[in-house]
Amino acid sequence: MSMRNFLLFGFVAALIIGTGFLQSWNSALLILNMGLISAIMALGVNIQWGYAGLFNVGVMGFVALGGLASVLISMPPTTEAWAAGGLRVILGLILGAATIVAAILIWSKMRAGKTRGFVVAAAILLGFIIFRTVFDGGVAAVEAVDPAATGYLGGLNLPILISWPVGGLLAAGAAWVIGKTALGLRSDYLAIATLGIAEIIIIVMKNEDWLGRGVKNVVGLDRPVVVPKEIDLQNSPSFVESAASWGLDPTLASTLYVKGMYALLFTVVLLILLWLAQTAWNSPWGRMLRAIRDNEVAAEAMGKDVTARHLQVFVLGSAVCGIAGAMMTTLDGQLTPGTYQPLRFTFLIWVMVIVGGSGNNFGAVLGGFLIWFLWVQVEPMGLALMNLITAGMADGSALKEHLLDSAAHMRLLTMGLVLLLVLRFSPRGLIPEK
Amino acid sequence: MDYLNAIVAFANFVFVPGFAYGAQLALGALGVTLVYGILRFSNFAHGDTMAFGTMFVILITWGFQSVGISAGPLPTALLALPFGIVLTGVFLLGTDKVVYQFYRRTRVKPVVLVMVSLGVMFIMNGLTRFIIGPGDQRFADGERFIISARDFKAMTGLKEGLAIKTTQGITVITAVIVVALLFWFLNKTRTGKSMRAFSDNEDLALLSGINPERVVMYTWLIVAALATIAGTLYGLDKSFKPFTYFQLLLPIFASAIVGGLGNPLGAIAGGFLIAFSEVTVTYAWKKVANYALPESLAPDGLAQLMSTDYKLAVSFVILIIVLLFKPTGLFKGQSV
Repeated sequence: MSMRNFLLFGFVAALIIGTGFLQSWNSALLILNMGLISAIMALGVNIQWGYAGLFNVGVMGFVALGGLASVLISMPPTTEAWAAGGLRVILGLILGAATIVAAILIWSKMRAGKTRGFVVAAAILLGFIIFRTVFDGGVAAVEAVDPAATGYLGGLNLPILISWPVGGLLAAGAAWVIGKTALGLRSDYLAIATLGIAEIIIIVMKNEDWLGRGVKNVVGLDRPVVVPKEIDLQNSPSFVESAASWGLDPTLASTLYVKGMYALLFTVVLLILLWLAQTAWNSPWGRMLRAIRDNEVAAEAMGKDVTARHLQVFVLGSAVCGIAGAMMTTLDGQLTPGTYQPLRFTFLIWVMVIVGGSGNNFGAVLGGFLIWFLWVQVEPMGLALMNLITAGMADGSALKEHLLDSAAHMRLLTMGLVLLLVLRFSPRGLIPEK
Repeated sequence: MDYLNAIVAFANFVFVPGFAYGAQLALGALGVTLVYGILRFSNFAHGDTMAFGTMFVILITWGFQSVGISAGPLPTALLALPFGIVLTGVFLLGTDKVVYQFYRRTRVKPVVLVMVSLGVMFIMNGLTRFIIGPGDQRFADGERFIISARDFKAMTGLKEGLAIKTTQGITVITAVIVVALLFWFLNKTRTGKSMRAFSDNEDLALLSGINPERVVMYTWLIVAALATIAGTLYGLDKSFKPFTYFQLLLPIFASAIVGGLGNPLGAIAGGFLIAFSEVTVTYAWKKVANYALPESLAPDGLAQLMSTDYKLAVSFVILIIVLLFKPTGLFKGQSV
C-alpha cells in the first residue's frame, strides 16, 4: 500500500476516532459498524462496475433480499401458521413455478407459429388461475394466525450467521434471472431492469405478509452466537468487575462491548471478501474481465464469451450485496421493508464506489467508510447551517419554518453534487485503479 | 346478462382511466425516447424533470389563484403551464451547459452519461423537495367532471354510471395537440428534419453541415415541454408527489423500450400498451363480469388478477418479455 493510500485510510480512521472523543464512543462504533457494511456493499458494486463495467441500479433490492434471508433463517417457525396453510402456500408457489417452466418447455418444444403463441398463453392463464386458487387460500389462512404477533410462516430457527451466506445466495438467484434477460443487450437496459427489480422486491416484501410480515416488520431477531445481550453482560459479575477496572459504568461498557463484537465479526467478513476480490482481480480471470471491459469486440474476437462472463460477475457482485444486507438486518435486529429507499441503499453505494475509486477494491472500501461518515454527519451540519442562516429571521415566520424543515433534503442535493463533481473532475476517484 | 351495463362499467373503470394514463405515459416516453435518439443515453432524470416542471406549474398556479386569475371551468394550471415550460427549459439548457456538454465533447461511453443523469436526478429531486416539500400537493381547480356518474345515469337510465373527469378530458386533448405539433415539427420543419437526420446518422448529419449544438438545444427545449406537460397532466389527474414521479420512471422506460427506443411513434403505442396492461391486470373484474356473464358463471371473488400494489410489476414483466423476445421493441427502435 502506498503512503498516500495509508494516509487516506488513516484520515478516515481519525474521523471515526474523533467522533469517539468529541461525541460518544457509541456513535463512533455505530458509524464504524455501518461503515463496514457499506464497505462490503461498495465492494459488491465495484466487482460489477470496476471489473466489468456493469451498471447496477438495483443494489437496494439485493440488500433487501439479504435482509429477508435473516428472517427466513433465524426466526422460529410459526407452527400454527404452518398447520393452517403453510403447505398450501408452498404448493401454490411450486405450481406457479411449474407454470413458468411448462410455458418455457412448450415454447421450446413446439414449432414456431400462431398456435404456439396461443398454447403458451393458454397454459400461462390456466396455470395462473390454479396458482391463485391454491395460493390465496393458503395466504389468507397463514395471515389470519395471530396477525398482531405473527401472521407469517416464520423461519427455520437456525443460527443467524447462516443467513449471511444464504442472503448472498438469494441475491445471486435474483441477479441470475435479471442478468439472463438484460445482459448481452445495450448497457442501459441492465440499468433499467435492475431499477425495476429492486422496486418490485421491495413491493413484494411490503405486501406479502405471510413471507416477512410486510410493513408490520419482524422484530427481535437473534444475535450471532458470539454477541451477547447487553442485559446479560450487566448481570454478569465478572463483566461488571472488569468494566469497573477500566473505570466504566457497566451499562455503557455493555453497549460498547456488544458493538465491538459486531465490529470484529464484520471486519472478519470484510477481510475475507476483500481477500477473495483481490485474488480474483489479480488472477487470469480478472485480467480477462478487464480486457472485456476495455474492449468488448477485441475480447470477443479472442474467443471470450462476453455475455457469460458478464453474467458471472453480475451474480457474484449481487451476492456480496446480499451478504451485506443480511449483516445489516442482523445488526439492526429487525426487518423493516418500509425503510428501504433507493437513495440510501442504491445511489449512496454508487457515490461510495465513484468517490473511493472505481476499479480499485481498496478505493471502494475507503469510499464506503468515508461517505458513510459524511452521510451520518452531514445532516446535523445541514441543520446547524440552516439554523445559522435563519438565525436573523423572526421566530415563527413561514420561510424560517420551511427552511428548517427542508434541511433533511439537503442530503439529496449534497449527494448529487458530490457525484457530479467527482465524475467530472476526478473520475478515477481517491484511490485510482492501478 | 346485461351487456350495455357491462360496457359502461368497463368504460368507466378501465377504458377512460387507462386512456388518460396512457396519454400521460406516452408524453413521458416521448421525452425519454427523444433524449435517447439524439443524445444517445437513457435519461434517468426524466421522472424528476417531470416533477420539477410540475412544481413550477404548481407554484405559478398558486400565484394566479391568490391574485384571482382563473381559467373558468378549466384548471388554472393550464394557464401556468407555458411559464412552467419556459422555466424548465431554461433549467435543462443550464444543466446541459454545466453538465452534459463536457461529456458529449469527450465522447464517453453511454453508461457514464446514464450515471451523470443520475446525479442530475438527485439534484432535481433535492431541489423539488427543498422548494415544495416531499408531501402530496393538489392543485386541480375548476369544474371537476365533464360528465358525472349521476348525470350519466339520469341521461341513459342505466344502472352503471360513466364519469369523465375534466382532467381526463384535458389530458387526452392536450396529448393529441402536443403529439400532432411534435410530429409536424419533426417532419415538416428544417430544424425537425435536422434532428431526425442527426438521430439516424450522426456522422452524415455533421457532414451535411448540421450544427449539433443547435440540435441538442432544441431537443432539451422539446423535452422540457413534454416533461412539464406530462407531469402537470399526471398531477392534475391524480396528485403531485415527488416520489411518485420517481417511480413513474419504470413505466415510462418500459413504454419507450416496448415501442422501440428512439422511435417517437413507438413511444406513444408503448405508453398506451403499458397503461392498459396495468389497468386491466390490477382491476377487479367482478362488476363487469356480473353483467356480462350468465348468473351461473359469475365469479365469487373480486376477479382481480393482481392487487393494485403490483402495478409496477406489470410494466416490469412487459419490459422483460420485450427484452427477451424483441429487444429493439415492437416498432423498430435504434438500439440492440
